[in-house]
Amino acid sequence: MKAKAIVVTSGKGGVGKTTTTANLGAALAKLGEKVAVIDVDVGLRNLDVVMGLEGRVVFDLIDVLEGRAKVRQALIRDKRVENLFLLPASQTKDKEALDAARFRELVQRLLTEEGFDRVLIDSPAGIEKGFQTAAAPAEGALVVVNPEVSSVRDADRIIGLLEAREIRENFLIINRLRPKMVARGDMLSVEDVVEILGLKPIGIIPEDEQVLISTNQGEPLVLKGTSPAAVAYLETARRIRGEEVPFRNLEEAQGLLAVIRKLFGGR
Amino acid sequence: MWWRRKSKDKAKERLKLVLAYDRAKLSPGLVESLKRDLLEVLRRYFPAQEEGLSVALEERGEKMVLVADIPLR
Repeated sequence: MKAKAIVVTSGKGGVGKTTTTANLGAALAKLGEKVAVIDVDVGLRNLDVVMGLEGRVVFDLIDVLEGRAKVRQALIRDKRVENLFLLPASQTKDKEALDAARFRELVQRLLTEEGFDRVLIDSPAGIEKGFQTAAAPAEGALVVVNPEVSSVRDADRIIGLLEAREIRENFLIINRLRPKMVARGDMLSVEDVVEILGLKPIGIIPEDEQVLISTNQGEPLVLKGTSPAAVAYLETARRIRGEEVPFRNLEEAQGLLAVIRKLFGGR
Repeated sequence: MWWRRKSKDKAKERLKLVLAYDRAKLSPGLVESLKRDLLEVLRRYFPAQEEGLSVALEERGEKMVLVADIPLR
């Protein structure tokens, strides 16, 4: 993606925006980029706990925007990977304090003066002011969607709003795909979601227990794991960097191969 | 089971319809009542074609159109 400031959004809550932001941030840093991940969900801060950096929060985004702290004081450096920084949301201050114009300037400053290669903005759920502010500095968007009617419907709304804001470099992250359910026709497939939303996927992340386990431990999955979701996030990060990485055929591996294995008495 | 209708096809069909209304900023109920009224008028003018008359919302590229199908013979 050419976009350096990228908003991670979905409309619907609970589809995996924060997990996606944390893992793609860590994966991009692992691949050599200097990355800032910013939590814009004022009052419902979560990116810090998902990344396991909650114990190190001193200043937050609102402190920076209102001049109480310098951006370098508020950025938390992740010690597990070179060049990964978190700018946490405020948990206590009023959401109204988050000013779109100032936020846009801050992101610009990170990309110029502070030398960041990429800024990932974790948007709050919804289509109201929180989302609008999160999208204000963005040149591109990652729309996180689950293969499920409510999530697809909300993603369609968000895509419309992104286009209205003239944010054009947009891709889908299809999250929590369950290949077995897809194989038996009980879950929308990647092709179905892409056809309905008319947006290309840049990441297909299978449902994976390791995601919850790594969140419990406060360690982004991509930093330790080789589980299916970790691999999928790493490949997504490579695609964001412009590499041609073919999508794995999750459905076939799970569906067809499983059937053949069963025929031969395997599991 | 092979004879069971796949639930994802139902999901896809419902999504396509609801998104058509969402994108056109129309409420499904309003369009349904418009369709009923239009059909009533059409039946008055084409009583012989009562069976074949239909009014439906269709997506044509970027646009949403309301299509009335009126067989004349």
